[in-house]
Amino acid sequence: MILRRIVYAFVLLLAVLVMNFALIHLAPGDPVETLVGEMGGATPEFIEQMRAAYGLDQPFYIQLATYLGRVAQGDFGFSLYFNRPVLELMFHRIGPTILLVVTAVLIALTLGTFLGVLAAQRRNSWLSHLVTVFSLVGYSTPVFWVGIMLILVFSVALPIFPIAGMYQSDTSATGLAFLLEVLHHLILPAMTLALIYLAFYTRLSRASMIDVLDSDYVRTARAKGLKNYLVIYKHALRNAILPVVTFAGLQFGQVLSGAVLVETVFGWPGLGTLAYDSILRRDTPTLLAILFFSASLVIVVNMVTDIVYRYIDPRMRAEQ
Amino acid sequence: MTYISQPSAPEVPVPEPVSPARQAWRMFRAHHAAMAGLAFLGFICLVSIVGPYLYTVSPRDMVWAPFTPPGASQYILGTDYLGRDLLAGLINGGRITITVGLTAALIAVTIGVTVGAFAGFFGGQVDNILMRITEFFQVLPYLLFAMVVVMLFSPTIINISIAIGIVSWTDMARLTRGEFMRVREMDYVKAERSIGARNAWLIWAVILPNAAPPLIVVAALAIGNAILFEAGLSFLGLSDPNTMSWGRMIGDNRPFILDNSWGVTLPGTIIFLTVLAVSLVGDGLNDALNPKLRHR
Repeated sequence: MILRRIVYAFVLLLAVLVMNFALIHLAPGDPVETLVGEMGGATPEFIEQMRAAYGLDQPFYIQLATYLGRVAQGDFGFSLYFNRPVLELMFHRIGPTILLVVTAVLIALTLGTFLGVLAAQRRNSWLSHLVTVFSLVGYSTPVFWVGIMLILVFSVALPIFPIAGMYQSDTSATGLAFLLEVLHHLILPAMTLALIYLAFYTRLSRASMIDVLDSDYVRTARAKGLKNYLVIYKHALRNAILPVVTFAGLQFGQVLSGAVLVETVFGWPGLGTLAYDSILRRDTPTLLAILFFSASLVIVVNMVTDIVYRYIDPRMRAEQ
Repeated sequence: MTYISQPSAPEVPVPEPVSPARQAWRMFRAHHAAMAGLAFLGFICLVSIVGPYLYTVSPRDMVWAPFTPPGASQYILGTDYLGRDLLAGLINGGRITITVGLTAALIAVTIGVTVGAFAGFFGGQVDNILMRITEFFQVLPYLLFAMVVVMLFSPTIINISIAIGIVSWTDMARLTRGEFMRVREMDYVKAERSIGARNAWLIWAVILPNAAPPLIVVAALAIGNAILFEAGLSFLGLSDPNTMSWGRMIGDNRPFILDNSWGVTLPGTIIFLTVLAVSLVGDGLNDALNPKLRHR
């Protein structure tokens, strides 16, 4: 079963690559004409020669095969602007992005589930209404704008957190001190990214918990005199959390998209800022490689969610 | 023989038959927040349509000293870092944002409903293939994909709308598929089938109207999503450089927030209020069209 899941993930990855390539192919503009234009013109024979040299005279599927072969060897092309291989560029950016995204998702998931459970227990309390309002607001606010507003409040008006970056550019801290410095820089961007999804998870876990609390086995658990927190956190939450986990996996692509915007706002040195910089420089190979890499990340996360899901839900295991 | 006159039947007021649409509208009207949202959206649309003719200051021209705060000049909302009128920017930007939001949502809904309808109606292998395609689009990081598309093809309104549309239809497709699978098994659909109705008729005229209520709610929310999406793209600089849009105003003014925070706060607040209004309308539609799901 897990093997089938992995094969499927590979097929998806391949599909992303094919689409990447098809996009460049479909895009207007002829690279050879551009190059020739920059050189100040050339004879038709020379243009033909260049086309052959770059393999651009080959049919679509041969070009595609060449591209796939290169990617398989880890060659994602060369960034003309940064003057380095794309893979090397991305390599240093992956860690910061994963740090940011994972922190944000963890904050949103734990806090969101907790708030949702609280709200579900008292359906018409002020807390429940507050959760509804909060999730509406969270859904409606552009994430990059939240980031800027948080900077205005917590970095400018009250200088508690740094405005941008992952560490001081002239940092001399090492070890634990460096870790704390990164953490200090991480708080605002992670909170910004978490806020949007916090609203979503809160609402989802509230709805799912309300469903579960009405079920017979919860009534049974109460009837046999279990303490409230045991009923909630041991019996009910186990089932209520399933849709939340599923959505957390499915939404990962969206979280990454949010990360692009948040990183841009906070100058966080991850894939998102790299994507922003490559847009400014119209650096297509870099942007395509980032798209491919992010898609792979989402595919892997989805696969892991699937497997975790099986672990949480014994019914799924029994079905096999 | 005496006739006992029959007492005439007591006058029972017979309620006027109410059409489902009218009933839904009644429910919607009772949702005050949704009505407020609808009013605000109406206002935004009106300003976007007629505003540029009434307030003729160009959003691109330098009209006053840069960084003029609101209320300090004849340009009541002040100016941005290039001395451009912020009010003119908001009025003209609304046009682009609303146009892209509506067009992109329309594209997303069309693709989503079509894919979902075919998958749910035919099931089997068709369903399998269409759902695989849907999953593929679900794993694409939406924003990055749209960024690539807009960068490779030029950032025109239509390209941006298409880019947003083709990554936003998956939720719609899944929901439509589910509804179609549910409605397909209903007796009235079987009855139509038994008298020889064609598939096209079944999909369009029989199942779709009965599957529509939850779809309408999600379609409304799709508009809000598309507006946020457009704002994100133009914040990153991926919008038509010749037109103003709310997201672009935020992106342009962001480096200057220390001197000019209103250049960022104002457009952001408008985006927030507009999307909030859309979600409130969606909430109201949900109450009106899916009464069973209320209080969720």
